[in-house]
Amino acid sequence: MRQFEREKKSTRDAYGNAVHELAKQDPTVIGIGADTTNNIGLKGMAKEFPDRVINVGIAEQNMMGTAAGLAATGFKVFGGSFGPFVAMRSLEQFRTFIAYPHLNVKMAGGMGGLSAANEGVTHQCPEDMAIMRTIPGNIVVYPADMASCDVIVKKLSTIPGPAYIRLGKFPFLKVFDENYTFEPGKANLLEDGTDLTLIACGTTITRCLQAKDVLAEEGISARVLDMSCIKPLDENAVLAAAKETGAIVTVEEGTILGGLGSAVAEVLVEQALVPMQRVGVRDVFTESGDHDPLMDKYGLSVADIVSAAKAVLARK
Amino acid sequence: MSKEINNLKRTAVQIRKDIMDISAHCGGGATHVGPALSAADIVAALYFKIMNVDPTNPSWEDRDRFILSKGHAYSVLYAALAERGYFPREELMTTRNINSRLQGHPVLGKTPGVDMVSGSLGNGLSCGLGIAMGLKLQGKRKPRVYVMLGDGESQEGMVWEAAMCAPNKGIDNLVAIVDYNHLQSCGALDEINSLHPMVEKWESFGWKVFEMNGHDMDDIVSKLLIAREYAGQPVCLIAHTVKGRGVSFIEHNNAWHAKIATEAEYQAAIEELDAQLTAIDADED
Repeated sequence: MRQFEREKKSTRDAYGNAVHELAKQDPTVIGIGADTTNNIGLKGMAKEFPDRVINVGIAEQNMMGTAAGLAATGFKVFGGSFGPFVAMRSLEQFRTFIAYPHLNVKMAGGMGGLSAANEGVTHQCPEDMAIMRTIPGNIVVYPADMASCDVIVKKLSTIPGPAYIRLGKFPFLKVFDENYTFEPGKANLLEDGTDLTLIACGTTITRCLQAKDVLAEEGISARVLDMSCIKPLDENAVLAAAKETGAIVTVEEGTILGGLGSAVAEVLVEQALVPMQRVGVRDVFTESGDHDPLMDKYGLSVADIVSAAKAVLARK
Repeated sequence: MSKEINNLKRTAVQIRKDIMDISAHCGGGATHVGPALSAADIVAALYFKIMNVDPTNPSWEDRDRFILSKGHAYSVLYAALAERGYFPREELMTTRNINSRLQGHPVLGKTPGVDMVSGSLGNGLSCGLGIAMGLKLQGKRKPRVYVMLGDGESQEGMVWEAAMCAPNKGIDNLVAIVDYNHLQSCGALDEINSLHPMVEKWESFGWKVFEMNGHDMDDIVSKLLIAREYAGQPVCLIAHTVKGRGVSFIEHNNAWHAKIATEAEYQAAIEELDAQLTAIDADED
């Protein structure tokens, strides 16, 4: 089973650095946070462009409204707070005042998914992807590592309208480099296979690649898709996986209600019914703990992915 | 009495007639008549005297902005925009109907002249703050951002997030106008969750506060002119108003918070409003 190297910094740093680089080229790029500008990596940008990094204090709803106003005045706004405060506390402001008039605001949910880890359930947000996916016109993405985060943020800056970017807290495992490609609504075929497809998003990519290795030892050939953008969803990649491999396992760091697994299931049920299983947090509140052990405990271990793969194969 | 003030008064009456027309005839269900009538004089002064806008170019970058944060008073905004020439007056009768540009609450991008989504209460001041910040960053010194809040709406915590933030960020191109009519959907503010003392609240948050009679056109214009020129602090105008102002049987009558006017009620209201026009004419002679 292959191993991955731990990165030196987190996707939060990658997000802030990317926005900072964009800001050097484009005077309309603005950073905003709710006492979170440091937490989403905007410290460097704030130093160089103090007027263009706005910290409204601990007031997420005001951050969203202010971001809407700035975008309505012609700015490209990159903001963020922690997952639950973006995807829950100030969700209505994001939905009604940013997404509804399709304003150019990208919001990061730092410490998204289970990555808030030891902070516990108050700061974790396994629901964020599912919630954000319901908003029309919103792009929803979970970058797997720093290199892909950089590419994703820079690509998103060229697309007017809202987006939600889930970020981690501590460094992730490195899986991509600067040659990563990102297009909303396009999955990346990471490794091909014939017996089933593992569809991964963000941190579950490394785990799916490891699960592929374990399955290969037992003679099972798994395709691995990087579906870090769950909205818009690459339906063609899902349909091709269904047709060519005949079974699908989705693996998401979050609740199985409404996120990646649900999105894929919606496509399959309507267009190409094949055996499918969702791997993710199973409708429970989690707890404090380090990120990786938490993922292991709440159903996202490599062994969980392998056993889900065998279960769908048995249903083929 | 100056001719200009009288013309503003006439415009306010016309806006009130439009509001009654929408309530009686648009077919889009109950219209929030009381909250709209309450704001009519101030909105008339803004669009016909104070604000630098161009109806032929609604997204002109140097325009003044107006956010009706108490968006349930949409009919006063739609009427003012129509009277100002942003869209044909006939279109008012499509309010809240299917396929209309005039949605149930104001929407940026759907209706010419609407500067922000509103109607979900408590949000407008933050959006106005963002616009005010943006204008400052763009080095635009002239445009002002006017945000009208309901008094009941000010029970929302987010209003005070924005109120706290604006002075701290050195914003002085933002004017909050509180339509202080003392009634909210379920009854009297002071019985439900009082905002008293309103003036001291805003002052303690760092705003320059002026009070005005929200139905006295001279007072409205004078205070708005001060607010427009005021530097160094954001300005809050506490407008003392009467919910339903302008139609005797609607004033102070919370049954008109949202209502379809019957034909008889419509005719009675128009009769009163026409009498007000006659009185303005007589005053001028």
